[in-house]
Amino acid sequence: MATFDLELVSPEKLLLSRPVEMAIIPAAEGEMGVLPGMAPMIVALKGGVIRVQENGQITERLFVLGGFAEITPTRVTVLADEATPVASLSRASAEARVKEAEAAYNAAGNEAPELREAAMDRLLAAREMAAAAEAA
Amino acid sequence: MANLKELRGRINSVKSTRKITQAMKMVAAAKLRRAQSQAEAARPYAERMARMLASLGQAVVGNPDAPKLLVGTGADRVHLLVVVTGDRGLAGPFNTNVGRFARARIRELEAEGKTVKVMTVGRKGAAYLKREFASRFVGEVSFQGKKRVGFEDANEIATRVTAMLEAGEFDVCTLIYNRFRSVISQVPTAQQLIPAELPEAAPAAGDAQGQPGAWYEYEPDEATILAQLLPKNLAIQVYRAMLENSAGFFGSQMNAMDNATRNAGDMINKLTLTYNRTRQANITRELIEIISGAEAL
Repeated sequence: MATFDLELVSPEKLLLSRPVEMAIIPAAEGEMGVLPGMAPMIVALKGGVIRVQENGQITERLFVLGGFAEITPTRVTVLADEATPVASLSRASAEARVKEAEAAYNAAGNEAPELREAAMDRLLAAREMAAAAEAA
Repeated sequence: MANLKELRGRINSVKSTRKITQAMKMVAAAKLRRAQSQAEAARPYAERMARMLASLGQAVVGNPDAPKLLVGTGADRVHLLVVVTGDRGLAGPFNTNVGRFARARIRELEAEGKTVKVMTVGRKGAAYLKREFASRFVGEVSFQGKKRVGFEDANEIATRVTAMLEAGEFDVCTLIYNRFRSVISQVPTAQQLIPAELPEAAPAAGDAQGQPGAWYEYEPDEATILAQLLPKNLAIQVYRAMLENSAGFFGSQMNAMDNATRNAGDMINKLTLTYNRTRQANITRELIEIISGAEAL
């Protein structure tokens, strides 16, 4: 089956770079499946799990915490703010993060709307992380 | 004439100094390797980021409400210098070089009638510049005691810079750090952060596959993505400077300690020679005394 090159990089390292058949990425406006030959796009990501499909099976799940993806017909580059394989997520630290984000969101109650929205995004991302840790 | 006991004491003390510098050199070499691999690991992200920014920037430049991070405030009056140095000394001319470079820069800008604000990252730079420019200080950050700098640390600095920009506290932001050219050569460098210097829209994206200048679709729109991308870009530039700084620091320290070890070796040789000469002179003198004493009888 046709493949494209998927690269996943975080500021601290290169996590993944190999040809895959399909990748499902958590774009800001909904999850999207990327197949070879997509029209070029740049999308913002929200917190969520990237699923990688090879040989008709999902072989890899990585949690990303926001970032961007650059899609071209033959290559997809994901710039994640933070990325961890789902298997190594710890439920305790994810829950701690949810608590922290909740507190930050509540504290941002009467700040400017953009700040509140940013806090909301962080909270949602943390919840995604906890959910992913739960499922793993 | 120096007496023998004194000389012996000095030789021993130089020997233990040599042991210390030798150990420090080893430690610096190990840390250098780690810092270098960390810097290398960060490179792919920075490269991809630059590529994305190049294609995005083109779409927004010239737009009157382009984000401030990209185009600046339009003025050129207040300069913010972010000076990155090491947290410790004993690294040869490493910290002094950046310090001197920054000082020359501050003088130059002030001679042009600009207002200068200084923010330092690393303890040594703060100590160096504070003596002269304490009134220009707007912040100092230090990661002393931290094993390794992470991206969050850089992000924190970037957030502070962004907040200052939003508050209109400066117009132009320049990053000053030691660029890591090789283990033995670090070059003080100034890099303008705001307004951002756009990377050349290289034979952009998709071109590798022979498609002329791929047109991207954006989701959500350009402005939203750019608004998120720019602060990240700032953070990554700071991060890179910090990594280069730490790699350079250990390189320089390794060098300095290598020299110190060698100098200590030379010193020991010289002292040993004097010690032996003195010893022989003493013996000869005693012999002469005995012989002439015997002859007088």
